[in-house]
Amino acid sequence: MAYKIVSSSCTACSACEPECPNVAIVEKNGTFVIKPEKCTECIGHYDDAQCLAACPVENTVIIDKNYPRYVAP
Amino acid sequence: MESAFETSITAKLKPLSGIKIVVAGQAASGCGSKGGEGKASCGSAGGPEDMPAEIWEKVKNHPCYSEEAHHHYARMHVAVAPACNIQCNYCNRKYDCSNESRPGVVSQKLTADQAVKKVLAVASEIPQMTVLGIAGPGDALANPQKTFDTFRQLHETAPDIKLCLSTNGLALPDYVDEIAKYNVDHVTITINMIDPDVGEKIYPWIFYQHKRITGRAASEILTQRQMLGLEMLTARGILTKINSVLIPGINDQHLIEVNRAVKARGAFLHNIMPLISEAEHGTVYGLTGQRGPSAQELKDVQDACMGGANLMRHCRQCRADAVGLLGEDRSNEFTIAQVEKMEVVYDLDKRRAYQEKVEAERQAQQAAKQAAVAATQAQGGMNIKLLVAVATKGQGKINQHFGHATEFQIYEIDAGNGNIATAFIGHRRVDLYCQGGYGEDEQLPSIVNAINDCHALLVAKIGACPRDELQAAGIEAVEQFAHEFIEHGLLGWFNDYRARIARGEIEHQARGDASIRQGAYLAA
Repeated sequence: MAYKIVSSSCTACSACEPECPNVAIVEKNGTFVIKPEKCTECIGHYDDAQCLAACPVENTVIIDKNYPRYVAP
Repeated sequence: MESAFETSITAKLKPLSGIKIVVAGQAASGCGSKGGEGKASCGSAGGPEDMPAEIWEKVKNHPCYSEEAHHHYARMHVAVAPACNIQCNYCNRKYDCSNESRPGVVSQKLTADQAVKKVLAVASEIPQMTVLGIAGPGDALANPQKTFDTFRQLHETAPDIKLCLSTNGLALPDYVDEIAKYNVDHVTITINMIDPDVGEKIYPWIFYQHKRITGRAASEILTQRQMLGLEMLTARGILTKINSVLIPGINDQHLIEVNRAVKARGAFLHNIMPLISEAEHGTVYGLTGQRGPSAQELKDVQDACMGGANLMRHCRQCRADAVGLLGEDRSNEFTIAQVEKMEVVYDLDKRRAYQEKVEAERQAQQAAKQAAVAATQAQGGMNIKLLVAVATKGQGKINQHFGHATEFQIYEIDAGNGNIATAFIGHRRVDLYCQGGYGEDEQLPSIVNAINDCHALLVAKIGACPRDELQAAGIEAVEQFAHEFIEHGLLGWFNDYRARIARGEIEHQARGDASIRQGAYLAA
């Protein structure tokens, strides 16, 4: 699983972008998106997913169930 | 170096109009005790002779730091800092409405390059624009790259513009060096509490050192970082303004302790602002029905803080992208699309020439004020303290038509023990009365409510209908001092008022409380 950003509630404040240890977050069409192939859910970097912890809007950073859980190499 | 700065302030500094420096450990001499001009403004003409040249240079043309300057000089905010690292219960980051004017709100976010272009365009168009601030819409220091990239470019291309920033203080200790590097000499820190038990009711969480921290622990860290940051700025001689949001029932009495704590750490100015809270803003306070303070409640806390760090009472709680004089917003004239089209020539000489003209006007206002005070003083009289509302577009004059006013400035006249003093105590936003040439009578009650604690309203002009309505509410509308300097009008009216009481024509009566206007303007 990776995280994803619900674009309808993203305010494009950019708080998450610099926090991502994998540089997986980019601005696209006025909001931010997480590249799922780069997302490691911050496993191995931090205790908490940084985008989720930094986001000011509830339920905007959520688990993307279309992707399998990240496993540290 | 640091101690030399403090010594020079302690030794030389006297109170200046609307400004006072308080240094850590030094007892503040309350301005009121001088028998001078009363409370918020300490009594002097506010000239360069009153303080070290370097401090005077920093504040004299800064509309947010000098009450006097705010009649003459303009500021702008550029919205390059959208991210924030804390959550406040009075803020909802999703809300934006172009009719709404309050901190944290912005219509268009800018990149650093766009911001620089916009600043140069505005500075060329509005020569009295002397100050550029980064105040969000998030937190300036939660977006360090964009904030400092903007400052670096402006520091090089427009060295005469003063740079300032506004922050919640969480990241402040990490960036004090960088702030000093670009000659940023004014920093505003929003401090609503020094007690984490109070903080817990204001801040649901902070994002700090890669963790979201909630509850009391969040406020414990926040207050430690704020105090440390303030001390570091004071040690470097960077002027600080403390903003506090007055939240009735949560931090109203506590703000007196906050005032003491920030004064002890060298805060230059303390600005206590009313909570803006409406359900439609979608903030936690808006949704839970937490109300804002009344005008009297705000003034009571401000008065209780007198003798602490000097108080700012002319704050307009502007948007994070405001452009113009305080109370005026010309940001619509400078959207990205418009700025991109402009041919910008940054003409330093033209700006200086204009500012000299403004300076002459300002001196004239000071002279008028002194003459008016002297003339009134000579007449002696009774002990009366009252409030008067004024309609002004700037330049320190009574030059606004009642129907065109979106705010009134409130002055206190304090006559007692043979002395007379006028002091600016704040402003009241109102909905525009005139729409397309016709008066909107349903707006009148809200205007009356906004200045209900005043005895008189000085305007350039007013129609018969609103005049009668104000009269019925006990507020005298006065056109007699149209286009005169404010102090001249205040004291001229006051003399007449006193004379009428002396002749037994009227009786002096106390006024009631007034309400602080909430929410969006009904009219654009």
